[in-house]
Amino acid sequence: MSRIAGGLIDRTRPVSFTFDGHAYQGFAGDTLASALIANDQRTVARSFKYHRPRGILSAGSEEPNALVTLGRGTGQEPNARATMVELREGLAARSQNAWPSVGFDLMEVNDLAAPFLTAGFYYKTFMGPYRIWERLFEPAIRRAAGLGVLSKEAADLRFEKAFAFCDLLVIGAGPTGLMAALTAAEAGADVILADEDFLPGGRLNSDRQEVGGQASSAWAGEVTARLEAMENVRILRRTAVTGVYDQGTYGALQRHAPGPTRPLETFWRIVARHAILAAGAVERPVAFANNDRPGVMLAGAVRTYVNRFAAAPGQTAVVFGASDSVHRTAADLRRAGVHVAALVDARDAPCDLDVPFYPGAQVERVLGREAEGVVIRRADGTEERVQADLVAMSGGWNPLVHLSCHMNARPVWRDDIAAFVPAPGAVPGMIPAGACNGEVTTAACLAAGRDAARQVVSDLGLSGASPDLPEAEDREARAEPLWVVPGKGRKWVDFQNDVTTKDVEQAARENFRSVEHMKRYTTQGMATDQGRTGGVTALAVLADATGRSIPGTGTTTYRPPYTPVHIGALGAGGQGKGFAPERFTAAHPVHLSMTAPMIEAGLWYRPSFYPREGEKTWRASCDREALMVRNSVGICDVTTLGKIDVQGPDAAEFLDFVYTGTMSTLKVGRVRYGLMLREDGQIMDDGTCARLGEAHYLVTTTTAAAGLVMKQMEFAAQVLRPDLDVRLMSVTEQWFQAAVAGPKSRDLLNDLLDAPLEPEDWPFMACGAVSVGGVPARLFRISFSGEHAYELAVPARYGESLFRQLVARAESMGGGAYGMEALNVLRIEKGLLTHAELDGRTTAYDLNLKGMMKRSKDFVGRAAAGREGLLDEDRPRLVGLKPTGAVKQLTAGAFLFDPEAEPTRPNAQGTISSVAFSPTLGHFIGLALLKEGPDRHGDTVRMVDHLRGISTLCEVCDPVFFDPEGGRVRG
Amino acid sequence: MRLTCPHCGTRDLREFTYGGAALERPTGDWGPAWDAYVHLRENPAGASFEWWQHDVCATWLKVDRDTRTHVISQVTEARA
Amino acid sequence: MRFNALKILTEGLTGNKGWGPHWRDPDPKPAYDIVIIGGGGHGLATAFYLAQQHGLTNVAVLEKGYLGGGNMGRNTTIVRANYYLPGNSEFYSHSLKLWERMESDLNYNVMHSQRGLINLFHSDGQRDAAVRRGNAMINQGDDAILLGRDELRKMLPYLDHDTGRFPIHGGLYHPRGGTARHDAVAWGFARGASDRGIDLIQNCEVTGIDVEGGRVTGVQTSRGQIRARKVAIVTAGRSGQVAAMAGLRLPIESHILQAFVTEGLKPVIDNVVTFGMGHFYISQSDKGGLVFGGDLDFYPSYAQRGNLPTVEHVMEAGMTLMPMLSRAKVLRSWGGIMDMTPDGSPIIDKAPIDGLYLDCGWCYGGFKAVPGSGFALAHLLATDRPHDSATGFRLDRFTTGRGLMDEEGTGAQHNLH
Repeated sequence: MSRIAGGLIDRTRPVSFTFDGHAYQGFAGDTLASALIANDQRTVARSFKYHRPRGILSAGSEEPNALVTLGRGTGQEPNARATMVELREGLAARSQNAWPSVGFDLMEVNDLAAPFLTAGFYYKTFMGPYRIWERLFEPAIRRAAGLGVLSKEAADLRFEKAFAFCDLLVIGAGPTGLMAALTAAEAGADVILADEDFLPGGRLNSDRQEVGGQASSAWAGEVTARLEAMENVRILRRTAVTGVYDQGTYGALQRHAPGPTRPLETFWRIVARHAILAAGAVERPVAFANNDRPGVMLAGAVRTYVNRFAAAPGQTAVVFGASDSVHRTAADLRRAGVHVAALVDARDAPCDLDVPFYPGAQVERVLGREAEGVVIRRADGTEERVQADLVAMSGGWNPLVHLSCHMNARPVWRDDIAAFVPAPGAVPGMIPAGACNGEVTTAACLAAGRDAARQVVSDLGLSGASPDLPEAEDREARAEPLWVVPGKGRKWVDFQNDVTTKDVEQAARENFRSVEHMKRYTTQGMATDQGRTGGVTALAVLADATGRSIPGTGTTTYRPPYTPVHIGALGAGGQGKGFAPERFTAAHPVHLSMTAPMIEAGLWYRPSFYPREGEKTWRASCDREALMVRNSVGICDVTTLGKIDVQGPDAAEFLDFVYTGTMSTLKVGRVRYGLMLREDGQIMDDGTCARLGEAHYLVTTTTAAAGLVMKQMEFAAQVLRPDLDVRLMSVTEQWFQAAVAGPKSRDLLNDLLDAPLEPEDWPFMACGAVSVGGVPARLFRISFSGEHAYELAVPARYGESLFRQLVARAESMGGGAYGMEALNVLRIEKGLLTHAELDGRTTAYDLNLKGMMKRSKDFVGRAAAGREGLLDEDRPRLVGLKPTGAVKQLTAGAFLFDPEAEPTRPNAQGTISSVAFSPTLGHFIGLALLKEGPDRHGDTVRMVDHLRGISTLCEVCDPVFFDPEGGRVRG
Repeated sequence: MRLTCPHCGTRDLREFTYGGAALERPTGDWGPAWDAYVHLRENPAGASFEWWQHDVCATWLKVDRDTRTHVISQVTEARA
Repeated sequence: MRFNALKILTEGLTGNKGWGPHWRDPDPKPAYDIVIIGGGGHGLATAFYLAQQHGLTNVAVLEKGYLGGGNMGRNTTIVRANYYLPGNSEFYSHSLKLWERMESDLNYNVMHSQRGLINLFHSDGQRDAAVRRGNAMINQGDDAILLGRDELRKMLPYLDHDTGRFPIHGGLYHPRGGTARHDAVAWGFARGASDRGIDLIQNCEVTGIDVEGGRVTGVQTSRGQIRARKVAIVTAGRSGQVAAMAGLRLPIESHILQAFVTEGLKPVIDNVVTFGMGHFYISQSDKGGLVFGGDLDFYPSYAQRGNLPTVEHVMEAGMTLMPMLSRAKVLRSWGGIMDMTPDGSPIIDKAPIDGLYLDCGWCYGGFKAVPGSGFALAHLLATDRPHDSATGFRLDRFTTGRGLMDEEGTGAQHNLH
């Protein structure tokens, strides 16, 4: 155990957990990483390419090494950063990407082959004939690659999404963020303070320093408590702001403390009038040989583990860097009882600590598979070996500029601190402040936080005194950049992806000089930490190798998310049926009670057929239902068809503009079939238009195109013809509508309606008001079956009851309900169209409907429909088909060829759009689009369906197979 | 992205639909003016005048928006 | 320098000091026979095939940034030939054949992996449309297999076949579909073109196109004037701006398409899976990241970044289709600028100005088209006749209405394809 005194853990609450099956104990307030350190677990993971043993490098979300899998089986979480996992009772963590164990991993053999596995080696080999790549090399590479294992099972995990709105979003709750939030909150602003950690305070909890005359962590606790008590403040702990989007929209991921009532995570969409970026900075590693060994750790992380978590990462330490902060690290280690074997400062600086001090020296390499010591190159060039199991390194700090770059700004280089800082005005409404903006002392951060908040308060038009700045450390921590230590050996710049300085240099030699090329060629910065630790170091190596400055070399692009986000959180609500709304007609319960299989029609559900006892196949039910309509009466729920109410003095003129035909000449009480084009001249939709009054029409659309038609009609009304006084309203949901079709349909209605239908008042295509059971209803004498038929509409709340009534009456007359399958058979028998034919590529000409275009008036699509190419004779046009060969089946999706032609693309003559078995005619029928089709009635063509392995000869015929004179529909 | 509907106020992008470049519809038979209206686009990298619909209240809007920054400088009702 | 395993071995044993530049970095010459504007995949492939197929090497590729830095480096790396309409069918079929020989053409492993692509369907109507498409693929000489519910369940057991919002009825399987390592394709073509003597000039932005008497004479660039007999605009995402330099207006609107990659995971998705109802497609890279994308952001943009509604919609689609994804973490997102045309199909044609050529309008299908487009444009530049595989990609098809290739059937609204 390396648990030491002090720290911010709760020693009254021990927590048991396991790692790789071994039981350990930590405390509330630990992270998995700090608990592993306290339990002397040094190697916790393996690297991606060379499978080198790796320990914990950092204490934050930038951790590249310590990725573990939490849980097992369904819902297990791969690639969890041990540094971000809050320790909880029963937590079961495992190492990953190692076999048989993290201590002895056979894939480590890759490390021996490292000279042959340098940057981009795979582009230069594994080539060969016979798909040898896919068959041999690639599967091996895929198995070796990847990190953790995703369970292939669907897990029942709870994720949520939420919206939040505020005056000010403060990103980060370190000294800058706390001071900013306090200042704005006291002035009355509505503030959200978000921080990744479960404990607000940032480095105030990691470093031993005083703020406002007390320990900095105590000050942070006090301010947090003050903020939590204010009604205008929301503190989102465990919340990483992941992305910046337009007009002040921020994405944020909140992990919740474990609890039975809480979701795992919530993804927030935060709309903020202002934001203060107080994200802080992360420390850079130094590139020296074997700097990736377990026991080598960032100096600031060492302080975090010692001071906050009371966990000593080693017993004997070497501290290395070129800044005052490494002296602070050495002092903290000593205080914690860790022996400091060497303090190595690359600068020629003084030292006031009583430790072996090496000014102007460098750590050249690390010894041991897990760090056992280092080789120090002294200022005079001599070498010294020092034993140590902990190497604390600091190459300086990288301000966390990421969020400031999400809207395409590039960060700017500051030579004085050897770091990139946010560009001014990078994100409208966002003020970067504190360490992420290049401040280096606590006092400066506190002041920057307050000043940024004052600016926001003033922009919000609020006033009020700002809180006093607490006293804090303002000694400038001097630092010199420290990138690469000269000498032999491999020096890591991307720990997880195993990219070394040699890879970067080789990339430069191979002319991958652009930073983007280098990144993509070496994979530097593409690991789960996105280059947050070693990225700028790699840039420095590239700059050196190409003779450019660091800013002259440039940075790659920063993109959301700032930290990886579960798809489950971003896609919360999508699992199962939640992905899209489900629409049900009022008669849905009746369909279900009649055991009809329901199928999706857009977002709607419609009955496919209504099976009756003894019917073993869908075809048996379908045939019965179709014959029922032809011979007696059938009832079909047609509610899903779009209904658009059109009213206004100019409604008639408006409809003349949106339909190809004329609706202004339609008499009140009559219905007309209409065609709507898109402005490009192709058919958008067809349907009926009923005139209910002088200035009142009802437009119906197909189920699929209802939304599209509504949108185009609104566009026409508001944008193209604002001169017309007309208003539109979708009433699809308000009316339940059922088709009553068949020779006995009028008898049925006469029995049901409050007053019988007078035949002379209700000719084909009549419409008007009726009453059913005292409920005002609408009746349309229209037909999609070719039979004498009606559609009856009632307010939706009566729909279920009406449908039950209709079906009961129909059944008593030898008929019954019919579903989509029978509806389709009936309409194909009549050559009527659906979106199988109106597929967005067909014109009125193609479907033999050219006569419906009244070109004497303007209408949407009129001009474009007149293009020569849309009137070519050899365009595929609508015909009917009957099988005449040995095979008597037609299939939709098959192609048509001349009987003797090879079935290849250049010979294709057309395609079959719809097929059905007609129980009335006793054979298959089909609708097809065939080149010069209408001129080829009586010809024989060959249908070929390669996929289904069906080929047959067919006769081309008129698309109307049944009752071509239309006597039944009018009768 | 957030747009301001003159009727409903500022709302999230997910309530709106882009409806094409704000062009003047020609009259008469097919010709170069129609080709330009239906197919050709200025496609500016910068200030762009566009039709959008606020799906919630069905109002069509004319939006002046920068295609490089997504900054919206003006939204007016199309019918007005 | 030829790449092979032996070379890697000898370099590895001698400290990897002998690797030379993948491509030269020449200064621009005052004049070329052909100038290609745009050093993305299509421009580089055009350069390569001009040299390889036609022996033309007095050619420069001008790139304003770095090679392969546009959509070539920000796509979902899918390679397929599964089109329905004539014009597209023969082109993508030819392009796939070029993919299949690319490694030997380039002596570069672009990791083209024919792991198979499956388009899911969810209704009888969608099945019939899938069958029609599959039959078109076989008519063309390519491959397609219809998978029923049970076969699909065996092949992709991790999908939510039954309880998702759109239960799955089956799939259209295209075994030769797959993925490739996108950057490597650009680098391989660049190396091949440079080795054959073509000048690739990075950080060279074209600022003007010189036209005299209705004929192109050269271009103005950030590195001075360069004269040329022929100039090709191959600048996906910026086609409109570059064409405007020659006074042309194109039938193109620029839209953002976002894509995503997760952290590395052990192999879990072997194929490319396309979920049309959710506008979602996914595959897993050799490194282990799940690479996926969805629909456009739907508003014109040059920002190379998108907004949350589309992000969330894509993730929700993933969750209804394959709920195991909930525990995968999105690592990075990016946005490409798509040249959207009125019919969703591209343009490879002569412009109405002599000596000016267009290769644009690839919508979101440009990656798989890289070799086919380069091959066809090289042919057009060299012979002034369209290649047999690309006769359908005419600029005037919108004006005449003849030969429109609207695979989606959504019509002349650029963002709806």
